[in-house]
Amino acid sequence: MSRLVPLFAFLLLVALFGFGIWWNTGHDQREVPSPLIGKPAPAYALPHLDDPSRTLAKADMLGKPYLLNVFASWCVACGDEHPVLMAEGRSLGIPLVGYDYKDDPADAKAWLAQHGNPYDLVIADREGRTAIDFGVYGAPESFLIDARGVIRYKRIGPFTPEVIEKELKPRIAALRKEAP
Amino acid sequence: MHAPFRLLACVLLLAAGLAAAQAIDPLPFRDRAEEVRFQNLTRQLRCLVCQNENLADSNADLARDLRHEVFGLMRQGKSDDEIKQYLVDRYSRFVLYDPPLDRGTVLLWFGPALILLAGGAVVWLTIRRRSRAAPAAATAPTDNGDDW
Repeated sequence: MSRLVPLFAFLLLVALFGFGIWWNTGHDQREVPSPLIGKPAPAYALPHLDDPSRTLAKADMLGKPYLLNVFASWCVACGDEHPVLMAEGRSLGIPLVGYDYKDDPADAKAWLAQHGNPYDLVIADREGRTAIDFGVYGAPESFLIDARGVIRYKRIGPFTPEVIEKELKPRIAALRKEAP
Repeated sequence: MHAPFRLLACVLLLAAGLAAAQAIDPLPFRDRAEEVRFQNLTRQLRCLVCQNENLADSNADLARDLRHEVFGLMRQGKSDDEIKQYLVDRYSRFVLYDPPLDRGTVLLWFGPALILLAGGAVVWLTIRRRSRAAPAAATAPTDNGDDW
């Protein structure tokens, strides 16, 4: 019996390390779950990309759910996400607000002109100060914000058609049911 | 030392010095104490872009922004705990390199000690069993003794 103890110990370690491998392939290690989900979105007031004299504030968007999509012209993964937003953005049925993150406005405008503009409105955070309040640590990131201004869902990394279908659309449908 | 090697050594030293200087962008510290406090604080905070680095050492763009944010909060008179909480509110506890002890981190804190205790218990049981078996084994012919 005691001869089997090392074998059991070995099998236990195999199970432990196997679990570690399985766990780390199943989810993105770099993904930091946001503590802001279920909490009111931070107050913001940021200039429009195409007309910096106008600003968009959080209060302006209360009353309807919308998707805030953090992007930048320098961000490679945003280029992967862009065609998906171009194809699916309209079918979401809620406003799509672009959040241009730490970007040169001229670069962002050129990028949107070249690849198309899926957004109803684009705001620019050149310094990235407001983005810290949102807990942004990379691009793309997206926030689904409900009619009361509460963050209901955050996507870290690019949207794919599958993620939109499985994660985003059911949540938008649920928000619609909530609304009177 | 041969001249080419000396040159190479100089270049490498210079490059290392530049890399270190780049990580620490100049902030207008009032005095040495403020700088020490800032360095201590940013060493305890994780950079979210390159997650194996702390805020003090990271060259990432976001790390620089967060260093400036921390500096600004210090200037507003916030305590170290308030500044940490400010970042935890935005980026979750993941930013803390020294996680606080609570229900979610119990296993993280005491898991290694538990494994050590379990291993110690196995060793103790084995030794006790052997020492009991030893008198019997002394009379009987045995193998060379190192069972496993």
